[in-house]
Amino acid sequence: MQYLWVFLIGGLICMLGEVLIITTKITSARILVAFVLVGVLLQALNLFEPISRFAGAGINVPIIGFGASLAKGAMGAVKASGLLGAFTGGLQATAGGIAAAITFAFLFSLICKSKTK
Amino acid sequence: MKNQNVNQKYNEYVEARLPKTKAWPSLFNSFWVGGVICLLGQGINDLLLYLFPYMAMQSAWAWTLIILIFLASLLTALGVYDKIGKFAGGGSIVPITGFSNSISSPAIEFKHEGVIYGTCVKMFTIAGPVIVVGVVASVAVGIIYYIIGLF
Repeated sequence: MQYLWVFLIGGLICMLGEVLIITTKITSARILVAFVLVGVLLQALNLFEPISRFAGAGINVPIIGFGASLAKGAMGAVKASGLLGAFTGGLQATAGGIAAAITFAFLFSLICKSKTK
Repeated sequence: MKNQNVNQKYNEYVEARLPKTKAWPSLFNSFWVGGVICLLGQGINDLLLYLFPYMAMQSAWAWTLIILIFLASLLTALGVYDKIGKFAGGGSIVPITGFSNSISSPAIEFKHEGVIYGTCVKMFTIAGPVIVVGVVASVAVGIIYYIIGLF
């Protein structure tokens, strides 16, 4: 049953991105930025957890989840260590994803030749 | 005045040459491809929790995202992800795999401009703005959260 929600919510969020592309001809960088901001906002308003509980990967895998964990990290760290947490928490929570993306991209760029020519 | 005319004509020309994406099929494709990528994430997450029952929920999500990021990087290197992207549009951009693709695709493409000025610089053309906006917004949220906590 949860898998159905994952598919529906995840698909809907991605389709929303496609709707933005078609209607506004907005570039992919702006779409990613917009969805990250949505994630930060959802988490700041404490709306992300309730959705995540039934949508699971449907909202965690879209880049909205990345924005939410940035904000969640900052809020959690503020609770634990005060104002300093606002600066350390966000990147700490998302370090795994960012470091993985950079590392794999770098490794594959060393191995591969350019395909899109 | 004449310049403006030329600009307008050029814009019309660009408009005519832009590939027309047919709305309905592309919406449908982005929906199901995006959904399937999310399903894959849920599957990896559930499998991790099944294999390592003592793993914390947060660590399981971190591993899930790292595995998805790895897969997207690999598919980008093989030239497959760009094909999925042409077919699925938003379905391949919005998930975290699109973020990974936006880093590894230019990293590989601009390799010929050198490791530093090609790979390392160009890898952040799209990811840079995403990280900057995300970090600034999260710091702002953290500070507001701190101020609210004072009262």
